[in-house]
Amino acid sequence: MSQSPYRNPLQKPSVMDRVVDIGIVVVLLLVVIVTLYPFLNVLAISFNASSDTVKGGITIFPRAFTFDNYRTIFSFGSIPQAFLISVLRTVVGTVLSLIACSMVAYVLSRKDFVFRNFLSRYLAITMYVSGGMIPFFILIRDLHLMNTFTVYILPGLVNVFFIFMIRSFIDALPYELQESAKLDGANDFTIFWRVILPLCKPVLATAALFIAVGQWNSWFDTYLFNGSNPDLTTLQFELMKILQSTQTGQDAVNGNDMARNMQQVSPESIKMAITMVTTVPILMVYPFLQRYFVAGMTLGAVKG
Amino acid sequence: MLWFEQSPQAQNGQSPPLWATLSTDLIQARPPVTGGRHMQMERTIPAEKKRKKGLLSTLSEQKYLLFMSVPFMVLVFIFSYIPIWGWTMAFQRYRPSKTFWEQEWVGFANFVKMFEDPNFYLALKNTLGMSVLGLIIGFTMPILFALLLNELRNGFFKRFVQTVSYLPHFVSWVVVSGLVYKMLSTDDGPINQLIAMFGYEKVQFMAKSEYFWFVVVLSDLWKELGWNTIIYLSAITAIDGSLYEAAKVDGANRWQLMRHVTLPGISRVIVILLVLSIGHLISIGFEKQMLLGNPLVSDASQVLDLYALKYGIGENNFSFGTAINVINSVVGLMLLFGANGFFKKRTGESVI
Repeated sequence: MSQSPYRNPLQKPSVMDRVVDIGIVVVLLLVVIVTLYPFLNVLAISFNASSDTVKGGITIFPRAFTFDNYRTIFSFGSIPQAFLISVLRTVVGTVLSLIACSMVAYVLSRKDFVFRNFLSRYLAITMYVSGGMIPFFILIRDLHLMNTFTVYILPGLVNVFFIFMIRSFIDALPYELQESAKLDGANDFTIFWRVILPLCKPVLATAALFIAVGQWNSWFDTYLFNGSNPDLTTLQFELMKILQSTQTGQDAVNGNDMARNMQQVSPESIKMAITMVTTVPILMVYPFLQRYFVAGMTLGAVKG
Repeated sequence: MLWFEQSPQAQNGQSPPLWATLSTDLIQARPPVTGGRHMQMERTIPAEKKRKKGLLSTLSEQKYLLFMSVPFMVLVFIFSYIPIWGWTMAFQRYRPSKTFWEQEWVGFANFVKMFEDPNFYLALKNTLGMSVLGLIIGFTMPILFALLLNELRNGFFKRFVQTVSYLPHFVSWVVVSGLVYKMLSTDDGPINQLIAMFGYEKVQFMAKSEYFWFVVVLSDLWKELGWNTIIYLSAITAIDGSLYEAAKVDGANRWQLMRHVTLPGISRVIVILLVLSIGHLISIGFEKQMLLGNPLVSDASQVLDLYALKYGIGENNFSFGTAINVINSVVGLMLLFGANGFFKKRTGESVI
């Protein structure tokens, strides 16, 4: 890491080398600024008094610091409830999906399983062919999953991609572990639960991060299936409604919501505070899992 | 970007990362996870032992494995296979109140109607326009970014740049659309302030259809640049260091090392990702277009999935919406297999 492979350690860096180095650093710094600035700007506005924000000119520091915007949104109609639903779907969805995917992954990794080849093809097909949005919508409606919390959890519970990812991790574990557990009298489920699962922590952490990010960031299922049920809307969906109604001046969802939104057309600062509440929880999770996903990524990469 | 975009999982917002596009064969083919300390053990079952057992006794012996998989196979059947069966709707005049056998079959009428609708061609044009533009910009920039990062000697700065660049990947498109509107606004948006600083007229980026494709493609680049770089960086790490040594001995300079060692070293990864991107040209989804779009730019923001959504769910014309979904999937699969076939012929390797 400390030495670029391009540099010849025996040669002193030439002037040209130094110029190139500086150029690269400048370009990368620009990328950093372009990436970070929008977040910092929104953060500053969310902590700035609304009356001051309208004057404009807030960059990355709040000018008139206040917690009022956050106080307002958390005492304000649908936001606290939506926050709870978002947290709940993320936690429940991630835990259940991880259990489901790792169980199927374990079964797939067992080379003696009778339906192994069938199961593997059965799952792989769904990666290439999918019915599309309309048949899926009708299915959910016919199953009476509209306006339920279940619709956030059940359809995505079994995710073929994560199954294959966890399976290849299990494949790399030594089989003797399972054999010796079997000699000790463990059944297949016990082996999975007590031997395999604890060893799978790195890959489970990676999968958990992806599932959690997906759950937290999802808004379209709320839009399609639970949009008219204020008890089940999520934070992303509420933010979407507020942004769409103020950005386009027209309602994205339906007439009733439109009326509801117009009363709460939010000043800039409130909008930014909601954006922050929607962004920060997921950004707080990822640094803890970063070492896992970078490792997972490296392993997922094609070598050579 | 992925075939998942249309799957139930993706509608649930769980679209997997870029490397998800790598085929399962490749993922299976990767080296042992624990860094090669353990060799993979093939379980060998003596053949005669296997033959003696009947299916029933095997099933009862594997009852736990069955309990652990059958319920989930049922779920996959419900949420992945039944929607494929739903394609039959495209050939019916689907009425939700009737059973499958009572539906009226109309052959290709829905498809004919679709090919006669000028809105379809508008949606197709926008879909292809944004995906080709996205392919050109969104595909090359991560490679360039990876090459630049690889030139850095300072490990801390490199890690810092990487960590920052991943950040937007974890934020939803809802939030990104809000940020994009904020950054491009004419009142207080920094881009317009910069433009004004240089003495030019402010630009209404979000209100002009001619900018919309670029707004979508560039916000996508902003969101995914760092993330899409990971795979190239790890491919670069896997290049044998002795190749660099040999080239240096031969007197190669920095540029030549990059051109003749690094780029060929990651070309396989580039080709794989390119094939997959081509396969997904048509299935770019609708999320960005829906969130960034507004009535003023609807000429440029209408894409196939939005078109299906509008007619299918918005106007309860399920059969017509399904017909669009079907065309979308079929063309997508054809592109994927076509691109794969082409590269297979050229390089002798198959991606899928």
